[in-house]
Amino acid sequence: MPAAHMSSEEMLEQAVESAIVRSVFGHSDIGRRSFMGMVGGTTAAAALASVFPMNEAKARILENLGPPEKTDLNIGFVPITCATPIIMAEPLGFYARYGLNAKVIKTAGWAVARDKSLSGEYDASHMLSPMPLAMTMGAGSIAEPYIMPAIENINGQAIVLSNEHLDKRDPSQWKGFTFGVPFEYSMHNFLLRYYVAEFGLDPDVDIQIRVVPPPEMVANLRAGNLDGYLSPDPFNQRAVYEGIGFIHILTKEIWEGHPCCAFAAPLSFATELPNTYGALLKSIIDATQYASKAENRVEISEAIAPANYLNQPVTVIQQVLTGTYADGLGEVQRVPDRIDFDPFPWQSMGVWILTQMKRWGYIEGDVDYKGIAEQVYLASDARKIMTDLGYDAPAENYKSHMIMGKSFDYNQPEAYIDSFAIKAN
Amino acid sequence: MLSENKRAAIWSVTLLLVSLFVWEISIPAQQITTGELTEYELLIGAGTPKAGVPPPSQVLVKAWEELSNPFYDAGPNDKGIGIQIGYSIYRVLTGYFMAALIAIPLGFLIGMSTVAYKALNPFIQVLRPISPLAWMPLALFVIQDSEASAIFVIFICSIWPMLINTAFGVAGVREDWVNVARTHELSAFKTAFTVILPAAAPTIVTGMRISIGIAWLVIVAAEMLVGGTGIGYYVWNEWNNLDLTSVIFSILMIGVVGMLLDSALGLLQRRVAYTE
Repeated sequence: MPAAHMSSEEMLEQAVESAIVRSVFGHSDIGRRSFMGMVGGTTAAAALASVFPMNEAKARILENLGPPEKTDLNIGFVPITCATPIIMAEPLGFYARYGLNAKVIKTAGWAVARDKSLSGEYDASHMLSPMPLAMTMGAGSIAEPYIMPAIENINGQAIVLSNEHLDKRDPSQWKGFTFGVPFEYSMHNFLLRYYVAEFGLDPDVDIQIRVVPPPEMVANLRAGNLDGYLSPDPFNQRAVYEGIGFIHILTKEIWEGHPCCAFAAPLSFATELPNTYGALLKSIIDATQYASKAENRVEISEAIAPANYLNQPVTVIQQVLTGTYADGLGEVQRVPDRIDFDPFPWQSMGVWILTQMKRWGYIEGDVDYKGIAEQVYLASDARKIMTDLGYDAPAENYKSHMIMGKSFDYNQPEAYIDSFAIKAN
Repeated sequence: MLSENKRAAIWSVTLLLVSLFVWEISIPAQQITTGELTEYELLIGAGTPKAGVPPPSQVLVKAWEELSNPFYDAGPNDKGIGIQIGYSIYRVLTGYFMAALIAIPLGFLIGMSTVAYKALNPFIQVLRPISPLAWMPLALFVIQDSEASAIFVIFICSIWPMLINTAFGVAGVREDWVNVARTHELSAFKTAFTVILPAAAPTIVTGMRISIGIAWLVIVAAEMLVGGTGIGYYVWNEWNNLDLTSVIFSILMIGVVGMLLDSALGLLQRRVAYTE
């Protein structure tokens, strides 16, 4: 796709320019903004270029990492839309731009992604954002220090119910239902548990939650084996497309901006191959930023739909990525941020995930919430690269989050857990 | 009067045609909305066919498409059916021959020595009933390579039928034949090769035939689990897309390849057969 390549190339140049402009003004945002506002961004860059060797600086920033120690990389992904930036970075040339010859390898499920990552067959992998936390602590696998320098997507999931339950839109009617989630250590599991618990159902008693691989969700829903699921797309939209289910609620309505999938690697990858790690993280963050722009979403849908990647009808992928979709209830919904892409790994999100792992009994005893979140969610790596590439990065690593109208204070994780009436004993 | 073979062939073909016909007419035509579609109808794919069991004619079209270009390679996750089957056969044969290399000599030992039999029997009895796929997570973890793990799983499931049949065949060689060898003062080595091996060969090959069948069954499941390449991955990838036409086509291919592997061993079996 030469067009995309060109525009991204320009984007990168622009990013470098803005980084230089920023460096001239230091980190004083006010000075830079008022100057840019007065003369306009491009004029400002041109004015600077007259006194500053802009092209040399650009080249230097692109090369400041040094050549990657290893260029042939294998990156695992599970074929869902959450992995969009990781996947599209191959056909749209983001890996190649940073000197990497990376292949994305389709993986049958997260347990296999975890094992192949632990065994070194994958250099880095698409994972669910709770996984590197769980792996670092040795919950559900051997303990191996993992890092998550970038989130892939925020939002982008939904609760789908079978068409048989069109009249049961109130979750308190869901007693006895069987739900599917893709993996135990997943936002899907934690959000579903949170959601039903807010309606007074104990997820361990009143409903059954089964781990079902995403591709099997639709067929299980049709067979009546599942009453509903909270799963990654495209399988929510696919259920509507096949006329089997409807979208009950988007997860963004549970927690606006919640993290979902992530880009993760063993800590050893980053320490043994620092330049490769840097280049890879740059490609991922660059691709994630590219994916977050609404105007690129149609092009991306076409790039990732073929058999080599998601192997899905383009219309289904496009509905997920553009947010103009059929809800299965006869309406066309327009929710542009149904799925969004934002790489910054807020450590407060890690703390929240740990509180839910503790709440539902996945981990026990004293938990060093912030310590683990800071060890795994490498916010400063993401910030450095976002700034290098000229994107705005948050200055803080923590923020408070609002989930179903209840605010989460990352400084009080234990009090937060205690505040819930329904939790595992 | 036609020969028995010809009559059987006529029956086979008739049965095939009748079942294909019944299959074809029992698939209701999909109601595809035509004319102007609303935006909603477009989004739910009202103008396109839904996932469902396809009629045989559609499977044949798919088969023609796939088989006319079996060796294309569109990246690590999308390869032609020929390449996928090639990967699967390579894994099966590698694991299988490694198993044969160990199972047949070991089976000989067990068959010839009662002590070895008694010593090894408890291990065999415990390990034999373990589903090959139960080894998969352990293999992935210990071997740390999915390719080698798949081969290991084939190895571990192929070994038992060959081992047990070899031991059984060797132990069952007629006493007087071995005694004749002894009166001719043949060395133990020579006795094994010139008397026992030919006598036990039909039983050994039966074990090998059972093993190859199991190995082919297992590789499909293993590849579905691990992904990557192979016919099992192909089925999983098409299942991902709810593309039942491709799934049925690949099921047929799995059947055909399994049959070919079995008939190859069947041929070998006829060559080593003897009448007393």
